[in-house]
Amino acid sequence: MITYSFLQHYWWFLIALLGGLLSFLLFVQGGQSMIFSLSKTEDEKRLLVNVLGRKWEYTFTTLVTFGGAIFASFPLLYSTSFGGAYWVWMIILFCFTLQAVSYEFQTKAGNLLGKNTYRFFLFLNGLLGTFLLGVVIATFFTGSDFVVDKANISNPLSPIISRWQHPWHGLEALLNLRNVCLGLAVFFLSRTLAALYFINRVDHEMLEKRSRKYLWYNAIPFVVFFLAFVIWTFLSDGFAVHPVSGEVYLSPHQYFLNLVEMPAVMTTFLLGIVGVLYGIIRTLFSENYRKGIWFAGAGTVLAVLGLLLLVGFNNTALYPSATHVQSSLTLSNASSSEFTLKVMSIVSLIIPFVVIYIFYAWRALEKKRTNVEEINEDPHAY
Amino acid sequence: MELLLDASLVNWSRAQFAMTAMYHWLFVPLTLGLGMIMSIMETLYVKTGKEEWKKAAKFWMTIFGINFAIGVATGIILEFEFGTNWSNYSWFVGDIFGAPLAIEGILAFFLEATFISIMFFGWKKVGKNFHLASTWLTTLGATISALWILVANAWMQYPTGMTFNPDTVRNEMIDFWSILFSPVAINKFFHTVISGWVLGALFVVGISCWFLLNKREKDFALRSIRVSALFGLISSLLLLYTGDGSAYNVAQRQPVKLAAMEGLYEGKNGAGLIAIGILNPEKKSYNDTLAPYLFKVEIPKLLSFLGYRDANAFVPGLKDIIEGGYQTASGETLSFEEKRERGKQAIQALADYQQASQKKDTVAAKMYKDRLMKNYAYFGYGYLDHPQQLIPNLSLVFYPFHIMVILGIYFIVLFAGVLILSYRKKLEHLSWLQWICLLTIPLGYVAGEAGWMVAEIGRQPWAIQDILPVQVAVSSISAESVRLTFFLFLILFTSLLVAEIGIMVKQIKKGPEAEKIEE
Repeated sequence: MITYSFLQHYWWFLIALLGGLLSFLLFVQGGQSMIFSLSKTEDEKRLLVNVLGRKWEYTFTTLVTFGGAIFASFPLLYSTSFGGAYWVWMIILFCFTLQAVSYEFQTKAGNLLGKNTYRFFLFLNGLLGTFLLGVVIATFFTGSDFVVDKANISNPLSPIISRWQHPWHGLEALLNLRNVCLGLAVFFLSRTLAALYFINRVDHEMLEKRSRKYLWYNAIPFVVFFLAFVIWTFLSDGFAVHPVSGEVYLSPHQYFLNLVEMPAVMTTFLLGIVGVLYGIIRTLFSENYRKGIWFAGAGTVLAVLGLLLLVGFNNTALYPSATHVQSSLTLSNASSSEFTLKVMSIVSLIIPFVVIYIFYAWRALEKKRTNVEEINEDPHAY
Repeated sequence: MELLLDASLVNWSRAQFAMTAMYHWLFVPLTLGLGMIMSIMETLYVKTGKEEWKKAAKFWMTIFGINFAIGVATGIILEFEFGTNWSNYSWFVGDIFGAPLAIEGILAFFLEATFISIMFFGWKKVGKNFHLASTWLTTLGATISALWILVANAWMQYPTGMTFNPDTVRNEMIDFWSILFSPVAINKFFHTVISGWVLGALFVVGISCWFLLNKREKDFALRSIRVSALFGLISSLLLLYTGDGSAYNVAQRQPVKLAAMEGLYEGKNGAGLIAIGILNPEKKSYNDTLAPYLFKVEIPKLLSFLGYRDANAFVPGLKDIIEGGYQTASGETLSFEEKRERGKQAIQALADYQQASQKKDTVAAKMYKDRLMKNYAYFGYGYLDHPQQLIPNLSLVFYPFHIMVILGIYFIVLFAGVLILSYRKKLEHLSWLQWICLLTIPLGYVAGEAGWMVAEIGRQPWAIQDILPVQVAVSSISAESVRLTFFLFLILFTSLLVAEIGIMVKQIKKGPEAEKIEE
C-alpha cells in the first residue's frame, strides 16, 4: 500500500494543501494593500493594521513551511525554481522581509523610517507578494525556461545541474498573459478575503460598510481573472508524462482531462469554488452576515488544493520546462528518496495537532470583534 | 545562461549568505536568551504572585518582541538562500538537509507564531497559567527551531546517516537518528543555544546596570540582575563545557579546521594551545619556510589534550594534512594529492556509470558503481586543483577562535562577580562595575559572531565536508545578480538594524514603569 509512488503523491498533496492554506492566509497581504484606501482616519488605519497584525505570522510561517516542505520532498523543484527564477523569488522574499518588521516597528518611537514608511512596506508586500506568488504558481501550468542535466555534476568546469535559460531569471514569466491572469486573480482574491475578514473582525460601522463596498470591487475582478486563467488553461496543452518511459510530451487539454479523470480532485475543486462564491455572495446580499470569510477561506483552500493537484497527479509534470520539455520535473524525477519521504510522512502526522492548537489559540484571542478602544488601551498594540 | 563557473559568483554567493547569517545571528541569540529569562520571571510571578515579577517579565517581553520581528525577517531570507544561491547543493543534499528544515517549519515555527500572539495580546484574555504556558511555548518554539537548523548545519560539518545514489546523483538519507543524534549535532545545538542564553543574560545584566547608573528602577534592576546573573553563570559554565566538546569534535572530524583555529602548520605530539598570538601575515603558503607566528603565548600540551584527551597525542598541522602519511586511529592518512586522485576517480566513475546505465550495460555499470563507492569519501577533492585551496583564511579563523575563548572565560568571571556582589548588596554602589556590565553587551555579540566565523569559515572550502566544495554548490546565475542582491539586502538589513536599535533604546529609556502605566 505505502509505495514510493504513494509517498510522492502524498507529499505533493501536502504541498498543494500548504499552497491552499497559504492562498487563504494571503488575506493578510490583501488587507495590507487596502490600508491606505479603506481607512480615512488614523484610528481606522490602526484598527486595520492591528487586526491584520495578529495574523501575519501565520501567513509568513506557512510560506516558510511551504518552502521547507518543497526543499525536503522535492529538492529538485526547490533547487531549480529558487536557483533559476532568482529574481522573481528575490523580490517576493524582499517584500516579505519588509513585512516582518513593519507591524512591530511602525508605531514605536525611534523607528528611523517613520510610521508611514512601514505602512508603505506593508502595502508593497500586499501588492507584490500576492501578485508575484500567483505568477510563479501559474508557471506550474505554463512552463518555464530551464534545463536539468544530472550528468553535469561530473564536469568540474560546469557542474551545475539546473540551469535557467532565460536571462531575466524568472521575471520573464510576466511576459506570459496567462501567468499575469493568475497573478491578478490571487491579488484580487487576497483583497476579497481581506474585505470578508474585516467584516468579520472589525467592530467599526464605517469600516464594515466600506469593506462591503470593497468586496464588490475586488470579487468581480477576481472572478474574471480566475475564470480567464482556468478556462485558458483547460483549453491549452498540458505537460503529460508517459507512465512507463517517463518521457514528457505536450498533450491537448491535459489539465481539463485530469479534472475529469480524477473525480475526487474535481469535487474538491468545485466545492472550493462554491465555497468561495457562497461566502462572497451571501455577504454581499445580506447586510448582517459576517461569516463569509469562513466559507470563502475554506473554499480557497479546497480550490487551490484541487488546482495544484491538476499538476503532479495523473501523470502530469509538476514543474514543466516549456523550452526543454524533457527537463520538466515530475513527481518521480524531482522527489526525495523513499526513506526520506517515509520519515517525513511520520512527522506529518503531527500536523493535525498543530492545526488544533492554532485553532484553540485563535479562538482564545478572538472571542469578540476588535474595536478602536481595545486597540488604544492595549500597550502592545501596533 | 552562465555556463562556466565564475570565481566571483562563488565569492559573492558566499558573501551574501555570510552577511545574511551574521545579521540573523545578531537577533536569534537574544531571542533565545531573553526568552528563557522572561519565562523564568513570569514563572516567578505566577509562583509568588508578586506584581514586580510581572512588571519585569513584561518589560523584557517588549524588548523580546522588537528583536523577534527582525530575527524572523532575516530568517526567511536565510532559508530560501539555500535554493536561490546554492541550487546544486540543495539538490545534492536536499534529501537530508530539507527534512530538518521542513520539520522545523511544522514543529517549531507554528509553535512560536501561535503562542507569541497569546503572550503579547492575551494578558487579559486568558488565565495566568495559560499565559505562562504560552510564554514558555514561545521560548520552546524558538529553541526547537534552532535545533533543526543546527542539525542540518552539523550534517554539513560531519555528513553521516547517508549514502550516495549514483542513479539520482545525490546523497540520500538512510538513518534519520544518526543525523539527529550525531555527536556534532548534539554538541552544536547545546553550544549554540547556550551561547544565546549567555548573551541574553549579558544583555539583561547590562541594561539593568544602566538603570542603576541612572538611579532609576532600582528594585526592578536588582531583581533582573539576580535572575540573569545566576542564569548567566550557569549558562556560561555550560558554554565552556560544550565548547570543549566542539573542539573535540573538530579535532576528530575536521583536522584542517582545528589546525586553522590554532595556526598550526607543523604537527606535533603534545601540542600546546595558543593563549594569545599574532599570525605572521607574510606567510602565504603551507610549505614556505616563514614562521607562522610573530608572537605567541602557549599553554603546553593543552591542544593535544583537548583534541584527543591525551596530553601527548599527535595533532596534525596543515602541512601534515596536505602531505599525509601520519597515523590516526583509523590508520595512515592520505596526502592531498592521493585524496584528489581518488576524488577524480570517483567523479569519473560516476560519469562512466551514467553512460553505462544509459547503454544498459549492467556489468560495466556495476563495476563503475563499485569504483565510485570505494572512492566516494574523497568525492569533493576531485574538484580541487591545488593543496592551498584546502586551507581556509587563517586569520578569519584563528583570531575569532581566540577572541571567542577569551571572552567566554571573561563572561564566567563577570557573572560570578556580579552574582556575589548583588547578593551582598554591593553591586548597586559600584558604578565602575555597572559600567563594565553595560559595555560588555556588545562583547556578547562579538563572541557569538566569532564562533560562527570559526565554524563556517573554518569549514572552507567545503559546503559539505570532503564531499562538495563551495564552487560546485552554487546556482547558475550571474555574479552581477548576486552582487546586486547582496547590496540590496545589506542596505535593507542595516536600515532595519539601525531602526531596531533606535526603538530598543527608546523603549529601554521608557523603562518598566511604562508597562505599569499602560496597563
